Formats: sequence, structure tokens, C-alpha cells
Amino acid sequence: MAFFLAQFLTGLANAAALFLVASGLSLIFGVTRIVNFAHGSFYMLGAFIGITLMDILPGHVGFWGAILLTGLAVGAIGALTEIVVLRPIYRAPELFQLVATFGVILVIQDLALMIWGAEDQLGPRAPGLRGVWRVFGEPVPKYDIVLIAITPFILFALWYLITKTRLGVLVRAATQDREMVGALGVNQAWLFTGVFALGSALAGLGGALQLPKGGADLLMDFNIIGEVFVVVVIGGMGSLPGAFIAAVLISVLNVFGVTYLPQSTLVLMYVVMAIVLIVRPYGILGREEVAGEHGQVGAPEQPIRPYGPKGIALVGALLFALALVPLFAEQFVMTLIVDMIVFALFAASLHFILGTGGLVSFGHAAFFGGGAYAAALLVYHTDTPMELAFVFAPLAAGVLALAIGWFCIRLTGVYFAMLTLAFSQLVWSLAFQWRGVTRGDDGLVNIWPAEWLNAPAPFYYFTLILGAGGIIFLRHAIHSPFGYALRAGRDSPRQAEATGIDVKRVQYAAFCLAGAMAGLAGGIFVFSKGSVFPTVLEIGESFDALIVVFLGGVKTLAGGVVGAGFMTVVEDWLTRLEYWRLLLGLVIIAVVILMPEGIVGTLRTLWRRIRNIDEETVK
Amino acid sequence: MNLIRRTVLGLIAAAATAPAAMAQDTIKVGEINHYKRMAAFAEPYKKGIELALSEINEAGGVLGKPLEFVYRDDQGDPAEAVKIAEELMTREGTVMLTGSILSHVGLALSSFAAEKEYLYLAAEPLADSLVWNSGNPYTFRLRASTWVQAAMLAEEAAKSDAITYATIAPNYAYGQDAVNAFKENLQRLKPDVEFVAEQWPALFNIDAGAEVQAIERAKPDAIYNVTFGSDLAKLVREGGDRGLFDGRSVYGLLTGEPEYLDPLGDEAPEGWFVTGFPWYGFEDGTPGKTFVDAYMDATGETPKIGSLVGYMTAQSVAAGIARAGATDTESLVTAFEDLTVNNTPIGDLTYRAIDNQSTLGAWVGTTAVEDGKGVMVDWEYKDPAPYMPTDEEIMAMRPAE
Repeated sequence: MAFFLAQFLTGLANAAALFLVASGLSLIFGVTRIVNFAHGSFYMLGAFIGITLMDILPGHVGFWGAILLTGLAVGAIGALTEIVVLRPIYRAPELFQLVATFGVILVIQDLALMIWGAEDQLGPRAPGLRGVWRVFGEPVPKYDIVLIAITPFILFALWYLITKTRLGVLVRAATQDREMVGALGVNQAWLFTGVFALGSALAGLGGALQLPKGGADLLMDFNIIGEVFVVVVIGGMGSLPGAFIAAVLISVLNVFGVTYLPQSTLVLMYVVMAIVLIVRPYGILGREEVAGEHGQVGAPEQPIRPYGPKGIALVGALLFALALVPLFAEQFVMTLIVDMIVFALFAASLHFILGTGGLVSFGHAAFFGGGAYAAALLVYHTDTPMELAFVFAPLAAGVLALAIGWFCIRLTGVYFAMLTLAFSQLVWSLAFQWRGVTRGDDGLVNIWPAEWLNAPAPFYYFTLILGAGGIIFLRHAIHSPFGYALRAGRDSPRQAEATGIDVKRVQYAAFCLAGAMAGLAGGIFVFSKGSVFPTVLEIGESFDALIVVFLGGVKTLAGGVVGAGFMTVVEDWLTRLEYWRLLLGLVIIAVVILMPEGIVGTLRTLWRRIRNIDEETVK
Repeated sequence: MNLIRRTVLGLIAAAATAPAAMAQDTIKVGEINHYKRMAAFAEPYKKGIELALSEINEAGGVLGKPLEFVYRDDQGDPAEAVKIAEELMTREGTVMLTGSILSHVGLALSSFAAEKEYLYLAAEPLADSLVWNSGNPYTFRLRASTWVQAAMLAEEAAKSDAITYATIAPNYAYGQDAVNAFKENLQRLKPDVEFVAEQWPALFNIDAGAEVQAIERAKPDAIYNVTFGSDLAKLVREGGDRGLFDGRSVYGLLTGEPEYLDPLGDEAPEGWFVTGFPWYGFEDGTPGKTFVDAYMDATGETPKIGSLVGYMTAQSVAAGIARAGATDTESLVTAFEDLTVNNTPIGDLTYRAIDNQSTLGAWVGTTAVEDGKGVMVDWEYKDPAPYMPTDEEIMAMRPAE
């Protein structure tokens, strides 16, 4: 019994820092609707700044003072980030801001490396709190007890702030209906900045508070972000008590998982999240999202039309040019274009459900990687001929999408996104941990194309035909009755239902088609690289695709393809430089601020302005 | 639409004008690594290479030309590494590849090397399958493998009275290999040992308090630790506070490497038996000491084990090219088989023809805290040969050559 209690206390202590960081994220999302991926970076900054301050300030006062000062400093950095990066793009399409926050992550990573160096730093001990107290004979670190004691005060302070102060009233009002708050004369811009600063400060506090239990290193931003999102989603986005309950739930379950199911450490929280979302689609204390609350901002969009004869001729010319590449280009150019086409097809498949269907998936890599693994497993274990294994890639990915979609499609918005993320993490952990079949992260190697394809030029044509074919097929699907039904479901589910469209079923079918196409890209990918590793199923892979779709322009037809091409080229150039992450981050932020409709969307708008075509006459 | 065309045409134009293979007045070697993602490990490694290169080129280079490394960042992504490898091979005019710290990237590069018939010297990846189960004629490996280092610890563990063991290792291929290798070797030497707990924290995301409680619950006589980096720091702190290591012997794989021991400061664990790199204990006049002095002169920093590996990588490359007398892959592969590299920090180093593994061993010793810093004491350098599987076993493991 004493042992259980000790375990429970360990879980509660872990929950403290997690709750702080998660509550910040939840606040930010609730008010500004920004899915802030840079939140882990603020946590990391908190840890590094905390160590630096604790070095300068001695003793008890110094230690606790340093933690408070860290909160203020990180809050200020957060405010600056919000003003410079996010404020210009609040009127961009939904979730567009997450691309900007991704740029912020890259910038902070390189800045932290420049300032604090590469070596891990061990956190200072809290003065007077080294060692353990005995609780029923079980050792419990003193600092754990202090953390457990502090947490309720923080929860209370936040609760007081939100329910009893004017700022809290505004925050709650903005969470419910921010348009209305603006209409009532509240300066939204400063409210958003204030909330963002508060959220960042909480993350910084969390980073500083955990120092005596760990330290600061350059990987902690990515290490915490997954867990924080899980907590926020399980609790219900925007709900502070929910975040608290979820933080405790996840932390305590993790502790018991470590003891009784040691292999479960990688996926336990994602399993919990999947179960919670399937049972309660809006998290434990979340509210159903009001339709239209944050759906369409900005100018109403022009309906998408197929290209005219000029456009078709241009596409034809482009394809013709690509077909001629092997005649004059060196081998590496072909490799680069193959990479580009694979990525473009992957992005186009995500763009299909995201742009046309309005379904934001955070787990699309499950299908890309799933297809790659399906083909690779066949080749590796049964020596299946490449042609057959290749066909299996889109099939397997489609079946996987059928299974995952069955659970996810009933959800909407961010909750849908997070459930797809949970499932893609499950697929990832399957590839990672089932070593008997997948060889874990040793990966499957020596998966090369069949003899007749195994040269640069033939494989190039193989990729060009299938990749371009896949992309064109997806575009045709958008202009088919099926595509129109999908768009109707995105723009107005109720009216679509009224005209007899089974919205959910159409979305389900689109989800499967997108999955199969991502699998096709995965199939080409595995044979072009000759090996596959669980990295293709990682969260980062899903976000790469998401980011290029947003960068290219969600509300355009060519967005995914152009974004993928742009990103491949920029990355290929920048990674040659020393501080490429800083530069890449700045490029992303610049594109986001200068082109809030995405590259294609903004260029199109510019083009129309130059040609002086009125929006109305375009029809 | 215009835009797609412009992007692609721009790409082609850019690709054509990008720095193509420069005039062949240097011999270039492609070095692919995770310089940003694993900066703490890659930076000392790169400095080690630079030191060796400056020495080699001062002495006239190889084959009468200066030796040059082309450094490229793969972001820790195997697919990116393969792409860069192809570019280095077909456009940069490099003669061979080196690099990678992470095993999976090493394996991807090794698969690429075998398919494209191009030489790859894996410097740091520890996975056993790199030279054994997935070994191929084009891949050579410098560092002592997981198996060998775990076997050295198992040998020491077998001498103790401990019967019950708990293991803790990061939950990925390296951790699992390290635990299996330790188990197999220990059970062979001492059949009555029992493994009472196996803990698998997520890499760099350990829940140290919970792990310590879980190990404590199993009441083992001894603990085998494979965690490293920030995981190790948290484990040592929580375990120390909660008295996990009191009265227990602990065997730590890589724990003694400066990369992991230095950040712990005066909280470094004491009395653990570990593999590592005790550069501070090298005696004057030994080749190891000469390397350490040269490194500290050149960089103003103390060496890490990555520095040593980087230094020896560049030395091996130079020796291999010199022995081949040419830079085509066939000559290089032939030259690397049974290649002896003289005057390395550990003396003479050989690349075995049977599995392309070098004869670099490992330092084992006991940890202690001196002057507020963790160090290894009573250490010795061990040759890997006695810990290797037999030649027949290796032949059986390596795919038909």
C-alpha cells in the first residue's frame, strides 16, 4: 500500500510541471485558437534561462526568485513572438498560424544552441530540498513534495485570475465568442498578446520548476510537446480544470505503466488519448465547438474551377519538360526531382482532405509510412517481386485509412486532428517496437527496385508517371461530383445533409482515398531510398506535409504541390549552411507573414491585382 | 500554374549552377552527420576530424594532395542521409563516405553503399548488425560494437556475488541490443544469474522517479544501466536521492564517456563499473596523451570520446587511401581490408577482413568523483578480440559474401 502511495506521489510531482505547460497551451488555444507548436520551445527557454539566473542569484531567495523571473522573461519573449510573428496573420485561414509557430521552433532551437552551447546542463538543486522524506517508509524526494504542494496554489491562482478578475472575464468571453468581444470595444490585439504572454510565462515557469528534477537540453522542446498536447486534448481544449485532471491522469498512469508494463512507455498516453476521444469526442471537460466559430475568416473564397485550355497547356508543357530532364541533367538532379515528386504526391494527398474536405489530419504520415512499410515488409520477408510489393503499398495504406478513419471521422476540428495523431503514433510504435517483424529502428534495408527499374532514368520515369498521375487523379477527383459533395460538406454540413449528401460517408471515402495516395507516395519512396525506418511514421513527417500544404496555400489547387517543391529546394540549399535551422525558420516566418494566403494564393491575388481584374468579374 | 513551371525550371537552373565538382586538387571525403540534432556529440567529433586533417595535410596530405572532408547535415533522417550521399557521390566528387552517430542512419548509408558499390566508413554507430547481420563488403566500422562493450561489463559482473539483476535501457534498438548482449554474455559465464526487472524508458524522455521505484521494487543485487545523456542525469539524481544504488553494484554501458559524465558534475555516480574514455589518466609519452594535448591545444576544450572517434576516422581514411594508392572504390575497399593504421591514440589499429570491424577496444573502470567532477579510476584499456564472437559465428551471421 505504501508503495502505491509513493508511486502516486511520483505521478503527482510529475504532473506539476506538465500542468503548468499544458495550462499555458490551453489558455492560448482557448482565446486565440492558435495551435502553438512553439510551446515546447518556451518550456525549453524556461529551463535554460532558469539555470542561468540560478547561477547568478544565490540561496533560497535566488532559487525561487529565479523561477519567477524566468516566468516573466519567457512571458516577455512570448509577447514579442506574438507581436512580431502572429499578429500579422490572425486573418489567415484556420490553423495557418501553426506553420508560423513551427518556424519559431526552428529559430529558438538554433538560438539556444548559439547561446547555451550543445552540452546538456544539469539543473541546480533547490536549496535545502536535497534528499528524501520517508512516507510510510517509502523514500519520497523532498522537492517532489514541494511540487505537489505548489500545484494547487497555481491552479487556484489561475482559477482566480480567470473567474474573478476583469482580465479573466475578457478571456472567458473571448474563448466563447471573440468576434463579439471585439464588437464590444475590447482591444483584441492586446488581449491576444496578453494571453499569449501569460501562456508562454506558464511554460517558462514549468521549464524552470522542473530543473531540480532534470536539467536543460536542446531536445526538451520536442520531448514535451507531444505530452502537452495530449494533456490539453484529453482535458478539453481551453479548459484549465480539464488540463489539471488530464495532467494528473497521464502522469499517474505513466508511473504505473513504467512499473507494470515497462514496454508501454512510448505509447501509453496516446492510447489513453485515443480512448478518451472515442468515448468523449471533446475531451473530459471540453465543449463542443460551435459551428462557424472559427471556420471561415478572411475574404469569402472563390469556388475552385478546373484549369482552362491555357492552364492545361502549361501543365502539359511542364510535364514535357520534366520528361526531357534525363536527357541532359546529371543524376543528382533526377534524384532531387524524384524526392520532390514523392513529397508533392504525399502533400497533395493531404491537401485533398485538408483543402477540399476541411479535415485537418495531424497523422497523415501513418499512411505514407504505412505504404512504405507494407511494400518493404513483403520484399524483406517473402522476397516478393518489387512490382507486386509496390502495388501492395497503396492498398495497405488504403485499408489502414479505412480502419483509422472509422474511428476518427466522427470527430471534427482539432479533436479529429489529435485522434489521427494518436493513431499514427500507434502505427509508429508498432513499427518501432515489433522488432521480430519490422526490425525496430534498425529498419528494413536493401529494398531496391526490380532490375529493369534499378537505374536513375527508368526509376525517374516510373516516379514521374505514377507521381504526376496520382496528383492529376486527385485533381480530377476534386472536380468530380464526389469532390463537389466533399466541398459542400466542408462549407456547410447542414445544407449538404439537406440536399441528401451523407457528409460523413463522403469524408470517410475521401480519407481512404487520401490514405491510399499517401501510400502510393510511400511505395515510391521506399524503393528510391532502398530502406525504411520508423522515422517515416514520426509526427515530424506528418507535420512536414501539413506545413507545405499551408505554405503553398490551402485554398488553392496547386498549393500542396508548389509548397512541397518550394520546401524541398529551400531545405536542400539551407542545410548546407551552419545555422540552417535559424534561416529555415526565418524563411518560413517570412513566407507566412508576407503571403498569408500561401504562396499560390498570394501570387494569384497579386496577379489579379496587377491585371486589374475585379474579383466579381473572374466568374 | 506559371509558378510550378518557374519553380521547377528555377530548380533545374539552380542545380546546374550550384557548385559542381571543383577542380580535383584535393581528395574529398563526404562526411554526413546530425550536426544539429545531436550537437553535443557531433561537435567534438567534427573537431577531432579537423585536428587529424590539419596534421595529415601539414605532413603533405595523401597521394600528394590535401585531404578534405565535406560536412553535410542530414537532420538525423535516414532518407535525407541517403539523398546527400548520392549527391556527394555523383556531384561533389567525394571518394568515400564517413559519418553518422545514430545507428539507423548508419544502416541506411550502409545499405546505400552496398547497392551503389561505394565505400562507407561508419565511425560512431554502435549497432552490431552494421557489421554482422546486415554487414556488407562496402561498409567498415570504427567503434567497438555494443556486443563487445557489454561483454566486457558482463565479464566483470560475473566475478561478483550478485545473482539478481535489473536492467534499464532506452526503448530502441540500441538499448535492446545492449541488454541482450549483456544477458547472453553474463548467462554464459554465470548460468545461475536471474534478471528480475527490465525497464524500458523512452529515449531522452525518462520518467526517472517511476523507473527508480520500479527497479527498487524488484530488489535486485545489481543493476545494468544503458541510459545516457539527459536520461542518465535524471536517473542518477532520482536514484541517488532515493537510495537505489546503495549497496548495489551498478554496471554502466558508456556511462564513463565524458559526453555523459561531465554534465553530471559532482553528482556523478561513484563506484559504478563502466565503459568510457578516461583521457585525464593517460600518461605522458603515450600516444593517447599526445592526442589529448594536441586536441586541447587546438580547441581549448577537453576531449570527448567523439573527439577520439573523429580523429581516428580521419586517420583511417588517410591510411586507407594511402594504401590503396588510388581513389576508386574497388582499390579503397581492398585497401581497407586488413588495413593497419599506425600511430593512432591507441597505437596500431586494424580493420579486420572478416567483418570489416576495426580493432578499437574500450576503456573500462570504476567511476569516482574527484575535484567536483566525475572520472574513471582503476581503468584499463581492453582489446576487443577476446570478446568477439568466433570467426565461424561471424561468418554464419554475415550474409553470403
